[in-house]
This record gives sequence, structure tokens and C-alpha cells, in this order.
Amino acid sequence: MPEATTDGGDGVQIDLISGQRMEGKTSMEKVRMILDGVHEGNIVILEEGLTPDEESKLIEVTMTEINPEEFNGIEIETYPRPSSDSPSFFGRLMGKDGPDTKLTVIGPADRIETLHKDETLISALVSRD
Amino acid sequence: MGLLTGLRDSLSRVTDRLFSEQEPKRIGIYGPPNAGKTTLANRIARDWTGDAVGAESHIPHETRRARRKEDVEIERDGKTVSIDIVDTPGVTTKVDYEEFTDEMDKDDAVRRSREATEGVAEAMHWLREDVDGVIYVLDSAEDPITQVNTMLIGIIESRDLPVLIFANKIDLEESSVKRIEDAFPQHETVPLSAKEGENMDEVYEQIAEYFG
Ligand SMILES: Nc1nc2c(ncn2[C@@H]2O[C@H](COP(=O)(O)OP(=O)(O)OP(=O)(O)O)[C@@H](O)[C@H]2O)c(=O)[nH]1
Ligand SMILES: [Mg+2]
Repeated sequence: MPEATTDGGDGVQIDLISGQRMEGKTSMEKVRMILDGVHEGNIVILEEGLTPDEESKLIEVTMTEINPEEFNGIEIETYPRPSSDSPSFFGRLMGKDGPDTKLTVIGPADRIETLHKDETLISALVSRD
Repeated sequence: MGLLTGLRDSLSRVTDRLFSEQEPKRIGIYGPPNAGKTTLANRIARDWTGDAVGAESHIPHETRRARRKEDVEIERDGKTVSIDIVDTPGVTTKVDYEEFTDEMDKDDAVRRSREATEGVAEAMHWLREDVDGVIYVLDSAEDPITQVNTMLIGIIESRDLPVLIFANKIDLEESSVKRIEDAFPQHETVPLSAKEGENMDEVYEQIAEYFG
């Protein structure tokens, strides 16, 4: 998996999960993979996002795993591919420019202070502990 | 009147009643916490059945279980539509009990957040299996473009459920119905104040038209 890790301990780990890696997985496997990452405090970035049904399951499973003082849930933002012809920034980041890029950023709610989004930018402020 | 025509008339009256009473459409009231879902459900239930559905509160996650009010008969232009109203807990992707500790002690806050998470999970389940249509309630004084709203509307669309968007709290000065119309131009938006009872005529007309 393409993965950017900062030096252990108090760093912030970002999991960039390619569409290929998600291919052939069931919705529950995808949800599990995302939440396992988030539980470890990672920021999970999905190259291809989730279907509405998978999003609905992600919300449902997230709710069942919220536990006061341990896990507050998730922040999630999706980034629809702009309709312009130019290869998208995130497409280039992932080394390709897929047809249906719906980049999705998911992280633990208690570590992401703001997850701002506009037409051309997703901005996350991540705290270290 | 001949015996046969009389019989036919009463038969068709019976079947009309059978069909309208047998299958009330189950309409889920969804939306983010605090949008005014229960206030709306109570107003509809009080207007047509005389009693209420559940408690309203300025503290988010007041509703923590989906609640159903059955057989609410709404009359418009001589036509009666019968619906079951399901008031659901406000949907979110996170719940932090510390948000409630100003209003109650820690144990109650923890309990409230536990119940809230169960309620949201339940509401998502209802949406996938048990509703025939959705009223999506938004606080028109707030920015409608949030991830939860976009995801939920996407989920509702993917299930091909008929949906009406209710722009609630138009009595507030900061209210902007246009902001909601612009955010979800693919759906009908109905402005209202559930609390003050503003524009309820149009609300009932649209419910009858969409879910009748
Ligand atoms: N000004 C104004 N306030 C409203 C209106 N509708 C509801 N409210 C207020 O908004 C707050 C939340 O209302 P509820 O009906 O409990 O909201 P809800 O969507 O059911 O909230 P949850 O059950 O927590 O998800 C309460 O203080 C209501 O009095 C309205 O039309 N105008
Ligand atoms: Mg409520």
C-alpha cells in the first residue's frame, strides 16, 4: 500500500489507499479497513471513495464503535473530481487520473480539528495525540 | 339506483378504503441534529391526530430512538393520504459526550451519547430497509453543504426514495432558503417554520403530492 509515515511515536500516519487495493473487497471489508486505520489514529485517504451504500454502512458501524473517552467517531470529506479536462491534482498525486475519482479523506474526529473543503482544496488540521 | 350499481359503488368504496388504509407510506424524517425534525413531526401529528410524537430540545440528540406515529391522515383538496411518520435521531459521523457536559452531569452526558450513537445506527438501518419516502429537514440558518447532508442525500437518491427537502426555521433572521435550493437543485425545497407553523399549507400540499 502506498503509505507515508512520519517517524514513529508522535507522528501522523497517512494511509493513501488506491482504488486497486479496494477492488474486489466487500463493503464490510472496506469499512473495516477504513475504521481499523482510523482507530490507530491514522488519516485514511481513499483514491476512489465509497458508494452511497458503503457510506451508509460506514456511518452505521462508526456509530456502534463510538465509546466515550476512547473513540468519538470520524470526520469525512469527499472530493468530487472537477469536470475540467486537466488531470486533477489528486489524480496526479495518486499517479493516475482515473475516470471516477471521488477522493475521500477520513480521520478520527478527535484528532482532526477542522476539515475544510472548497472547490480546489481539502484542508485538515491534525493534532499529534 | 339498481341493485348492481349500488353494489358496485359500495364495493369500490370498500376497496378504496382498503387500499388507502392498508398501506400507509412510511415517511422518514431525516436530517442533522437540531434541525427541527421532532418539532415538525409533532406539528404534523398534532394537526392531524391531536397528539405528539416526542420531545424537542435545543440540546442536540434529543431524539435517540426512531419513533413512529402510525396512520396520520392528511387531507388535501378532498384527497386523503395516509402516512406513517418516522421521526429519526439526527444523523452525524461523530458524537462527543463532552458536548453535553455543560447541560448535565457526566454520567448523563455519557448515557446521552451512547443512546445517540445507537439511535443514529438505527436510523441508518431504517433508511436502508424500512422507509418509502424521506422528508429531509435542514435548519435554513445553517450552511447546508456539510458532508453529512451530502452523503445522506446521496444515500437517499441511490435508493430511489422520493425526497422533499424542508428548509426549516425561516422565522430566524439568518435563514436562507436559497442557499438550500442552490445546494440541492435536483430536489423540491419547501420553506417552513415548524415552530411557528409558517407555510404549513404548502407543507401538506407537497406531502400529499409526493407521498400520496
Ligand atoms: N426558530 C425556530 N426554532 C425551531 C424551529 N423548529 C425547531 N426549532 C427549535 O430547534 C431546536 C431543535 O428542535 P428539535 O425538533 O428537537 O430538533 P431535532 O431535529 O428533532 O433534533 P434531534 O432530535 O436532536 O436530532 C429546539 O429548540 C426547537 O424549538 C423553527 O421553525 N424555528
Ligand atoms: Mg428530534
